[in-house]
Amino acid sequence: MSNATIRKPRPKYLSLHALLFEIRLPLPGWVSILHRISGLLLFLAVLWLLFMLDRSLSSEAGFESVRRAAGLPLVKISLLLLVWAYCHHFCAGIRFLFLDLDKGVDLATARLTSVIVLVASIALTAWLGVKLW
Amino acid sequence: MVERVVTGAHFGLRDWLAQRITAAIMAVYTVILLVALVGGVPITYPVWKDLFAQGWIRVATLLFAVSLAWHSWVGMRDILMDYVKPAGARLTLEVAVLLVIAGTLGWTVQILWR
Repeated sequence: MSNATIRKPRPKYLSLHALLFEIRLPLPGWVSILHRISGLLLFLAVLWLLFMLDRSLSSEAGFESVRRAAGLPLVKISLLLLVWAYCHHFCAGIRFLFLDLDKGVDLATARLTSVIVLVASIALTAWLGVKLW
Repeated sequence: MVERVVTGAHFGLRDWLAQRITAAIMAVYTVILLVALVGGVPITYPVWKDLFAQGWIRVATLLFAVSLAWHSWVGMRDILMDYVKPAGARLTLEVAVLLVIAGTLGWTVQILWR
């Protein structure tokens, strides 16, 4: 054992502080955890979204009530968050499908596609936001 | 390499594959719906109603809903397996997820063929 090697204290236990401020996720890691979080969000919202689909197709008045509700600030922010979640889940999912096929697994490409996924999903969200409201 | 007895369980390949196939189905549906909606005319009630009155979109939406059901089950089960360790709590949440998924499917059919 070389004396020149500085041994880090081991084992290192994960604290909330470590999780939040010490461990820096690389970009592909962010894409990955956001894929999971966006998927969870979409699952939790599925009944609400289905309720809105139901109302909007039930009658003219129902359609208008959904449209009016979508204009309320809190609802609008929630819907935009869900639109982002869908876009991110979509883009990141396509990236993962390519990774499954061994495409883009080298570090440089993986980083590049991570940036593309993060930027594209935000851009798509902005575009859909403009289209919807 | 861990020695495992193969009998009695599959190794998750079916779910792994299903998650990806259903993802592809939903991706195609998403693009089709976007093309159908973002085209030109503003979405009013008659436009919206007419779109979902067509047979092909009802069937496509049902395909989407079935894909979503399977896909979200695999995804939610993955999340529960990773973070919820007590067997009782995990089972309870898994049942809750399945109930939501089954309810969603039934409701979707009801909405589409009213």
